[in-house]
Amino acid sequence: MTIRDPIREGLAAGWKVLDASLIESPRTLEADVVIVGTGAGGGIAAEIMTAAGFDVILVEEGPLRSTHDFRMLEAEAYPQLYQESAARKTRDKAINILQGRCVGGSTTVNWASSFRTPAATLAFWRERYGLTEYTPEALQPWFEMVERRLGIGPWERAPNMNNALLRSGATALGIPVGEIRRNVRDCWNLGYCGMGCPTGAKQSMLVTTIPTALGRGATLIHHLRAQRLLSAGARIDALECQPIQADGIHPRQTAVTLRARHFVLAAGAIGTPALLLRSNLPDPYSLTGRRTFLHPTVIAAGQFAKAVHGHAGAPQSLYSDHFLEQYPIDGPLGFKLEVPPLHPVLFSTTLQGFAAEHAEAMRGFAHTHAQLALLRDGFHPESHGGRVELRADGTPVLDYPLNEPIWEGARRALLTMAEIQFAAGAIRVLPVHEQCRGYANWGEAKEGIARLPMKPLLTRVVSAHVMGGAAMSASAETGLTSPDGSLRHVDNVSVFDGSVFPTSIGSNPQLSIYAITARNASILTSRMTGRPAPPLA
Amino acid sequence: MTSRRTFIKAGLLGGLVLGAGGVWYAASREQAPAGRLTRSARSMFQAITPVMLAGMLGEGSGRIERVVDGVERAVAGLSAAAQSELADLFGLLGFYPVRKLLTGIGDWRLATPADIEASLSGWRFHHYALLQGAYAAMHDLVLGAWYAQPESWEAIAYPGPPEVR
Ligand SMILES: Cc1cc2nc3c(=O)[nH]c(=O)nc-3n(C[C@H](O)[C@H](O)[C@H](O)COP(=O)(O)OP(=O)(O)OC[C@H]3O[C@@H](n4cnc5c(N)ncnc54)[C@H](O)[C@@H]3O)c2cc1C
Ligand code: SF4
Repeated sequence: MTIRDPIREGLAAGWKVLDASLIESPRTLEADVVIVGTGAGGGIAAEIMTAAGFDVILVEEGPLRSTHDFRMLEAEAYPQLYQESAARKTRDKAINILQGRCVGGSTTVNWASSFRTPAATLAFWRERYGLTEYTPEALQPWFEMVERRLGIGPWERAPNMNNALLRSGATALGIPVGEIRRNVRDCWNLGYCGMGCPTGAKQSMLVTTIPTALGRGATLIHHLRAQRLLSAGARIDALECQPIQADGIHPRQTAVTLRARHFVLAAGAIGTPALLLRSNLPDPYSLTGRRTFLHPTVIAAGQFAKAVHGHAGAPQSLYSDHFLEQYPIDGPLGFKLEVPPLHPVLFSTTLQGFAAEHAEAMRGFAHTHAQLALLRDGFHPESHGGRVELRADGTPVLDYPLNEPIWEGARRALLTMAEIQFAAGAIRVLPVHEQCRGYANWGEAKEGIARLPMKPLLTRVVSAHVMGGAAMSASAETGLTSPDGSLRHVDNVSVFDGSVFPTSIGSNPQLSIYAITARNASILTSRMTGRPAPPLA
Repeated sequence: MTSRRTFIKAGLLGGLVLGAGGVWYAASREQAPAGRLTRSARSMFQAITPVMLAGMLGEGSGRIERVVDGVERAVAGLSAAAQSELADLFGLLGFYPVRKLLTGIGDWRLATPADIEASLSGWRFHHYALLQGAYAAMHDLVLGAWYAQPESWEAIAYPGPPEVR
């Protein structure tokens, strides 16, 4: 079977794609709409706005890599495709953050799990943030539209062993487990979605909306970082950009300026708030970058007598929301249970310890089943998330203090995962915590985990879901953006990405971003054209 | 050999020296070409690698060098901010008085594996976040550099990526 690479085909056909690492002299370009960021939000917005006939420029700070470049090697994928080589950290270094930084954004490297926004999350938004139009019924057509566009549907193949063990342990304890829908077409069940899908099966923005937009004449400029919005009164006049060297890291001096009628910010949570902070736009309630959420995630590794091969097969196919439903949404933090794909670099660096202790755990690599508990932050009255700040060089860093409600949930989650893993037949369970050497049975684990100090840098906390920092709200006091994603206090800027969420989602966020962007980009398009926006292909 | 207690005692003093160290060592600080480790950082990683990977690295010739090269590449792929933070850290640990005080190690090349292991263990649980961070950085860089290499995969029964096309 020949694998198609729509990007290479398009480049050969003469798409307008510029590599800013090669631009020789300062330039100014003009379009109807400039979209910053080519991930979940930027991709969907680009397809909708080009369908309406707008001339669009897409700006991406990362490189352009496509299907045929993806060789399933961690040593290549992390430095090329991830923010800060997959080693982005919160200010105190207690949380490791995975985010994409390439054309397609995090969708190029994500694990394809697709969930609609939970009804309980939307209800909270309506009640606390006045987002009255965000009901499951009102959003349904948008979900359906993007699900159709991105091939989102049930995963027909058997789950891999890593996922199956979550189900067998949970079922033994009477905990319900559900099946995950995925945005794939003709998936080869390889398990390398996190390194860029080498078959083009994953319906990321890289192989769907971006090729469509470029095919309609949009311009893509990669290796270009949006630096500052320049205002003239209440309007944004131009976007000042900084080309990045071929190494993907160091800025170049040649300035690129983009002018447009409208600017769409889709640089992702952290990226979009950082651009706003650099731009110094009016923000009377000092909301920019505040309430940034992560679904802080804790991990437990279970050793099994049988082989698990967690590197192979669709990474995520089963989940449990049981522990999201135990308490009121603003009570003790609930968590979603899933499993991560296991590959040598990410696994070995996540695992605690070194020398013999670490070597022993690594020898069990092929027999390891790991679970993730994603804590639902942003609902508990003391869960305020983090705050995006700027370093001296203008790059962002997230300050996310881990406080008591998080630690209480983390401990409960580690206990839960250990119990499920033993129920699934684990011979040893290793919660990822610096002071933990593993447990041989549930009794030991129960006692041991109860005593583990829950502290930054001791309990391993990670995140692949960055959300918030430019929240939508009906009120200017709690929302930097309006319920349709338009930025307050200026006339011609919209935020269409994960940063508009006023809380975390409480579920993997990509489908929420796709659908809410489709809605808000359509509202913007019809406002600009006076006609209804055309649907996605 | 340095014990945990020495570390804990060294904490406060270490903090003072690290604070002032920036000024002291800046003048004499070794520079490396872009994307490269300094000579002293290399010798530190050459010493740390077999300890961090004890029980896994095995005897293969050139393995330590390949891991250190991998560390160098990994550092070069980090953000500019992370690279300069690491350069500061490596600079401090390459600065004899600071290193001696914090680790008891005078010269990385002469340190015994037991000394290095004690240092790493001390940093790992140190109450001083800078040293805890130093441990975490060494952990991620060395382990990541090793397990990125196909030669590490057989021992963990990872078959490597499948054939596609
Ligand atoms: C490893 C991994 C696995 C994941 N798995 C899943 C999953 O299975 N299911 C799910 O629902 N979600 C998953 N996610 C999360 C999901 O992919 C993201 O939440 C989603 O893609 C975010 O969309 P976004 O538009 O907000 O930002 P992104 O998709 O991150 O896109 C933002 C883009 O903007 C670019 N950018 C940033 N700043 C600038 C700037 N100043 N100038 C120019 N460009 C800039 C970035 O390089 C990036 O390409 C995963 C994420 C990761 C990293
Ligand atoms: S599992 Fe499917 S979607 Fe993921 S990398 Fe393999 S072929 Fe692509």
